[in-house]
Amino acid sequence: MNTVLFFILSTVAVGGVLGALFFSNQAYTALFLVLTMAALAGLYGLLGAPFIAVVQVIIYAGAIMVLFIFVIMMVRLGKGIPPAKKRWTVALSAVLGPALGLEIYLALAGALSTPRHSTPGEAFGEAEAIGRLLLTDGLYAFELTSVLLLAALVGALVLAKKPEKQ
Amino acid sequence: MLLVSLILFVLGIILFFVKRDLITMFMAVEVMLNAANLAFLTFARMHGDLGGQLIVFFVITVAAAEAAVGLAIILLVFRRTKSIKTDELRSMKG
Repeated sequence: MNTVLFFILSTVAVGGVLGALFFSNQAYTALFLVLTMAALAGLYGLLGAPFIAVVQVIIYAGAIMVLFIFVIMMVRLGKGIPPAKKRWTVALSAVLGPALGLEIYLALAGALSTPRHSTPGEAFGEAEAIGRLLLTDGLYAFELTSVLLLAALVGALVLAKKPEKQ
Repeated sequence: MLLVSLILFVLGIILFFVKRDLITMFMAVEVMLNAANLAFLTFARMHGDLGGQLIVFFVITVAAAEAAVGLAIILLVFRRTKSIKTDELRSMKG
């Protein structure tokens, strides 16, 4: 059951990125990536991280991609992006991308091939355990993150506001 | 799982270099971040350690902040130059 779900979800995730790659319309790209994010949330759930899966759906598939779609709607490009003039960059990335993937795979083959699936306890990745860890080991980072979010909020407001008319 | 993560990362890189506009390139960065998150969660599962999930939580938060600021910058670029295609953006002068 889990294996079947894993194959379905990973196929959907990879297919979403492939679809984003082959459509030139930005809105389609964003929608394909929403599909990818949702499938990834399912994979996170399979990995025993239900809290992270919920966070992924709410923040990534919900908030971040909606923000992207807002900006795509605001930045009107008429008939979308025409295909690239420099075809050689496409060919080059189609060759060098898999080469990089092969390189990473060879470098990490040891780590990739050890299926040491220890069976953690029942409460692995529950919201309670994450919250406990967040407020003990990760307290410093947690507080810094809240400052970062505030700074990002103010920064985005300052950057995106219309210039005032004198 | 790690193989899926690797494939997603490589596809994100290819998406980044093939597309010619800032918004899609930014979305490709999000794909790469998600691939890294998947690897973190897989390692957390392998070793039975919740620290990996904690890092993923922080990565998602930072990605949200980054998306807000980055999209604001893209809007600003569009408002000034009326274009977000990387072929046409040649100047960094304001």
